[in-house]
Amino acid sequence: MTVLSIHNLNVTFSTEGGDLHALKDVSFEVPERRIVGIVGESGCGKSTLINAILGLLADNGRVSGGEMMFQGRDLSRLSPREMTALRGPQIATVFQDPMGALNPVISVGRQMTNIQYRSGLSNAEKAERAVAMLRRVRIPDPEAALARFPHQFSGGMKQRIAIAMALMMEPALLIADEPTTALDATLEVATIELLQELQAQIGCSVLFISHHLGVIAELCEDVVVMYAGEVVERGTTRQVFNSPRHPYTERLLDCDPARQSSRTRQLPTIPGEIPDLRARPPGCIFAPRCHRRAPVCDTPPPDEAVQDGHKARCHMVTP
Amino acid sequence: MILSVRDLQVSFPVGRLMNRSAILGVAGVSFDIAAGETFALVGESGSGKTTLARAVNLLQPISAGEITFDGKRIDGLKGAATKPLRREMAMMFQDPVGSLSPRVQVRDIVTEPFRVHGVEADLRAEADRLLSLVGLSGDFANRFPHQLSGGQARRVGVARAIALNPKLIIADEPTAGLDVSVQGEVLNLLNDLRERLGLAMLIITHNLHVVHHVADRMAVMYLGRFVETGETEAIFQAPAHPYTAALLSANPEPDPDKAKDRISLPAEVPSLLARPTGCEFHTRCPWAQSRCGTEAPAAQGTDRRIACHFPLSPGARPPAVQETAS
Repeated sequence: MTVLSIHNLNVTFSTEGGDLHALKDVSFEVPERRIVGIVGESGCGKSTLINAILGLLADNGRVSGGEMMFQGRDLSRLSPREMTALRGPQIATVFQDPMGALNPVISVGRQMTNIQYRSGLSNAEKAERAVAMLRRVRIPDPEAALARFPHQFSGGMKQRIAIAMALMMEPALLIADEPTTALDATLEVATIELLQELQAQIGCSVLFISHHLGVIAELCEDVVVMYAGEVVERGTTRQVFNSPRHPYTERLLDCDPARQSSRTRQLPTIPGEIPDLRARPPGCIFAPRCHRRAPVCDTPPPDEAVQDGHKARCHMVTP
Repeated sequence: MILSVRDLQVSFPVGRLMNRSAILGVAGVSFDIAAGETFALVGESGSGKTTLARAVNLLQPISAGEITFDGKRIDGLKGAATKPLRREMAMMFQDPVGSLSPRVQVRDIVTEPFRVHGVEADLRAEADRLLSLVGLSGDFANRFPHQLSGGQARRVGVARAIALNPKLIIADEPTAGLDVSVQGEVLNLLNDLRERLGLAMLIITHNLHVVHHVADRMAVMYLGRFVETGETEAIFQAPAHPYTAALLSANPEPDPDKAKDRISLPAEVPSLLARPTGCEFHTRCPWAQSRCGTEAPAAQGTDRRIACHFPLSPGARPPAVQETAS
């Protein structure tokens, strides 16, 4: 079973300089009970993708093609009202900055009971569930924590409270957008481990967005690599990280200083920049920066299957 | 030595009226940076690394200790007396775009130090020279900061920092917020300039992978103190302080098959208002023994200094983990 299946999704923004094709033919699946990572650098379309899934594209943006099937329904065809009913109970989110999710002037306890307004439980039961959830995310002394305000918690605890709130309604899909980026290394790994544990207990699927390759490798079972609004490669994390087939994935992995176990004074880079998405080249989007560019790359590349479930959008891939 | 710091303390007042007190943001640190050397300060949020760097640059008053720069004591300097110092010691700030004035062209940004210090020069030629040193074409001189990518903005920040041929550059998180493919560019540039211009550098970062590739020596900070100092390579090969070992192990690597023998730290970083007794890391240390809670360890060693009663042997695993593994 797949929870979310995205097929040939296209998103376009109207700008003064013409239409900006932000996502082009994006396809991937989030299977049930699986953690799927999306990795890519600034400007690769990660945030646009999340906003499209959540129905929160800016006013000048629109889904210009393709479908996003969530539990048998195409999210791009739902009314704003139907989307509001889905967001939260069915599709929950955690963002980079927990203070964006927490109201600074309302106690944590009240916020955690408020979000259960559709559950039909009594206030005592709601509070009990809030305490249980805080305990699961290892907030010390959860009963007392209910009366406290967000600023009275450390950054790591605030993010754990945001995770607790997102998972409280046991959603089918959790979208986590760079949830550990602002945390220190030791807190980051603790948060990843917690997320993994909660995902297994609740049995939800997770779409985990990060630019941190190490975190993706550690947490995710599948990975989707994005570049300039396209999915250039996808597969299981092992397939993609151990035998990357798209030149961009290859270069990106090379660039991570963590992969250079011996000390080097000259670190690899990817010269060039992401092209202007208002004028996409007709051929491969990565061709201008690619070290394996050939004449055929001026024509649109196919989604070439490497092996089961492992695909790369590149002319140079041979199965 | 281009920079020598001895027993430096920075305190911040807290509380009001009756219960006024002070916390130590930097609680007595000593280190040296030789000419042409890169020294890295590593630590998590709140460990005091930025405060220490600001104190070295006299942007932050110190409460005790000595700072000697290029053979001269500088810790007492105030006001106008600090100005000549800033030619010799340049600061690179964290936010690449935010530290550049949005209404000023790149040409004027990189030559600003000449005007500030009243240095006579052909500013147009200097701008071209500085931009080419950091690998940007002359066209960039006419751009505004919002027309730069993150990596280009960093380069402009570097160009401004090296404008007056400083002896020391202090770089606060030089790669924060940059994509991995661009991060390498900036680090390569810093390495290259250091070799060509003989610059000494003090780099502040929480990214250990970055430290490994740029720093000759490093210090690990915890609650405003150095817990371990030494050659970068030696510390990466065999961290001796449990906190260093935990930090190094908390670096997820982009390899799904990598064994995750991680040292997890219980509890959170203690408040500076209530420093633990004895070794200040003992509340989170998996190896802590009774002595650690009562007696503060003195830093041992010369080149490699470790503030721990029981330094780790190479490859040591926390006691609890070994039990469950067997």
